[in-house]
Amino acid sequence: MTVTSLRRFATAALLACATLALPAAAANEARYSDSGPEPQLARVFDLIEDHKWEAALDQTEALLKAYPNFRLGNLIKGDLLLARTRTLTTFGEGGGAASRDKVADLREEALARLRAYKTKPAANYVPRYLLQLRPDQKYAIVVDTQKARLYLYHNDNGTPRFIADYYVSHGKLGSDKLKEGDKKTPIGVYHVTASLPRQKLGDFYGSGAFPISYPNEWDKRMGRNGHGIWLHGTPSDTFSRPPKASDGCVVLANQDLDAISKNFQVGLTPVIISNSIEWLSLDDWQAERKALLGMIDEWRRDWESMDADHYGRHYSAKFKSDGQDQAQWVEHKRKVNAGKSWIKVATQNISMFRNPGREEYVVVTFEQDYKSSNLSNVMKKRQYWIKEDGRWKIVFEGAA
Amino acid sequence: MAHKRFFPARTLALAACAIAVLAMPARADTLQDIGKLLKQGQHAQALEQVDKYLSGKPKDAQGRFLKGLILTEMNKPGDAIAVFTKLSADYPELPEPYNNLAVIYAQQKQYDKAKQALEMAIRTHPSYATAHENLGDIYARLASQAYDKALQLDSSNSSAQTKLATIKDLISVNTRPGPARPAAGKPPVVVAAAAPVEPKAAEVKPVEPPKPAEAKPAEVKPPEPKVVATPAAAPAKSAEQAKPAAAGDAAEVTKALDAWLAAWSKKDVKGYLSHYAKDFQTPGAEARAAWEAERARRVGKPGAIHVRHENLRITVDGDTATARFRQHYQSAALKTSSNKVVVFVRRDGRWLIQQEKIGN
Repeated sequence: MTVTSLRRFATAALLACATLALPAAAANEARYSDSGPEPQLARVFDLIEDHKWEAALDQTEALLKAYPNFRLGNLIKGDLLLARTRTLTTFGEGGGAASRDKVADLREEALARLRAYKTKPAANYVPRYLLQLRPDQKYAIVVDTQKARLYLYHNDNGTPRFIADYYVSHGKLGSDKLKEGDKKTPIGVYHVTASLPRQKLGDFYGSGAFPISYPNEWDKRMGRNGHGIWLHGTPSDTFSRPPKASDGCVVLANQDLDAISKNFQVGLTPVIISNSIEWLSLDDWQAERKALLGMIDEWRRDWESMDADHYGRHYSAKFKSDGQDQAQWVEHKRKVNAGKSWIKVATQNISMFRNPGREEYVVVTFEQDYKSSNLSNVMKKRQYWIKEDGRWKIVFEGAA
Repeated sequence: MAHKRFFPARTLALAACAIAVLAMPARADTLQDIGKLLKQGQHAQALEQVDKYLSGKPKDAQGRFLKGLILTEMNKPGDAIAVFTKLSADYPELPEPYNNLAVIYAQQKQYDKAKQALEMAIRTHPSYATAHENLGDIYARLASQAYDKALQLDSSNSSAQTKLATIKDLISVNTRPGPARPAAGKPPVVVAAAAPVEPKAAEVKPVEPPKPAEAKPAEVKPPEPKVVATPAAAPAKSAEQAKPAAAGDAAEVTKALDAWLAAWSKKDVKGYLSHYAKDFQTPGAEARAAWEAERARRVGKPGAIHVRHENLRITVDGDTATARFRQHYQSAALKTSSNKVVVFVRRDGRWLIQQEKIGN
């Protein structure tokens, strides 16, 4: 037995800890073609665990051939080479003391990528937030900041179907953005608001940028500020950035951004950012959305009934909109109703997205076709529904 | 399994071939003279001479190797690469052309190519310590490049500069134990007095019975073709059968050897160097000061060193003693085992090292 072998073993144990700590569940449930570096990366770590250093290095070289600017891959390559010449006690040790933070970042990236690779979302479960996509919303994005992962869903006749997931970076100081410059990523229900072509951007943003609608009505009401939260790519010399790297944006590898952004519909594609995705079985999801859809329809019918008290029951005590509280809002409606002989309200293209944060609310957006004896209009409306005393109630209402 | 057995047999055959050629004294003289020219920095003349020599013996390995060295010194890496590449193609069992190729590639920062060449050198000659040391440096350099990319380090920083200097140093190191390098210095006093090239030839001859390696730079389990697949050079029977030495003298020589290895292991550079006789034959007839500086650098390198001997056999002939053993060397960067021959001479009652060779 040689010291050399012990030394190598130590390195292996170290690298392996990344994989050992992970549940191996659902690895065989991949329902799409695995893209990105994860499959190769996982093989590298498996080989290291099996003490197959030479093969691990070969696999790493292959990985780097496909992704030359993959820093994590280069770090592993450095370790595998250096382990041939000296004892390594920590992951990325040869990077030197000055780079300790960068090495720690890459270790986080390795863990995030492997964890995601080995724990795919289970079939028949959907993120709780995607309660209802409107028919022309072809895709939806759900981000899990803790897992450093973005999930792409396709709208399959109203049911969200998982398409693919991608590694993403978020704010240096985490999530739950509160104010300008806090280097955090907002948590909430947003949508893509614009598409900025790469020609108009610096190299830093990579292949493109897609601003999202932070701060939304709720954020503003809660006093949150800041702006310029984008989904964007990476600089040309960087395949991916560490899990916590941005000033609040969600950052994808350029190839991944290209893959998802071709599906983006500006003004329409929802981007829901969570700390940690809550999954619902399709049955539970169906029950939840039906209950809420029922409440929305009840609200519509109560409005048509011109009974302001019935209508008013759908509004929360905390309601606030256009400077009106619940009582003022209902009182105003009562006055308006008095001048009419009939009201017809139709809702179309309803979308419903649950907020992933601590605050339990659902963002409901729809096209409202309002007709009455003396006035008709069509508008796009947005409501925020919260659960109050076990009942869904409107806490904000306005034009979308 | 099968290829492991074939390997040493083929090496043996080709090595024998080389020895037959090397036995011609006239040739040795010519090459020795050219070697002197090279050492004196008279590169153009050396090249002219070696070309002249090779016109008569175009296949000659020694001459071609020397030409490669001359071209390297003349800073014609392209030409030198061509010479060494062809030489290694014709004599794939010689580690030195691979090693020197590697050094040139390393100078050109083509570390991947350098790595391949060194791995070939080690595959052909598992106990070739220089190639192991160089390979260690190349791995470190490649690792450093990878880290630079991984961590966006400024590769023009000082540590990178130091690394380059180290690799430059290798060129003097790598040519040192080369069998083909004619010894330009004094003829060896003890062994093979009349044939300066011969001890070198002995080095080329890796008499390697198909014996599983028991001490090799890589661990047993992971497949590291560069080392694991190849048997280590095993202790060979010495050509001249030793007559039993006077027991007392042999014991003294053993003591001197132990003290020398202990100083080395303790990284006591002064103590280590004090074991060498004034007329110690530096490898490649390097200047004593340069050799000492290089040894001081290697021995004094940070990190623990442990050197020990195994299977020691000593022959004493008057004031000269030859110690043959298997040397196990282990440092932070390298672990090797090689067959060593150390010739001691008695000076003022102390046994001092006059010659030190890797090989049998």
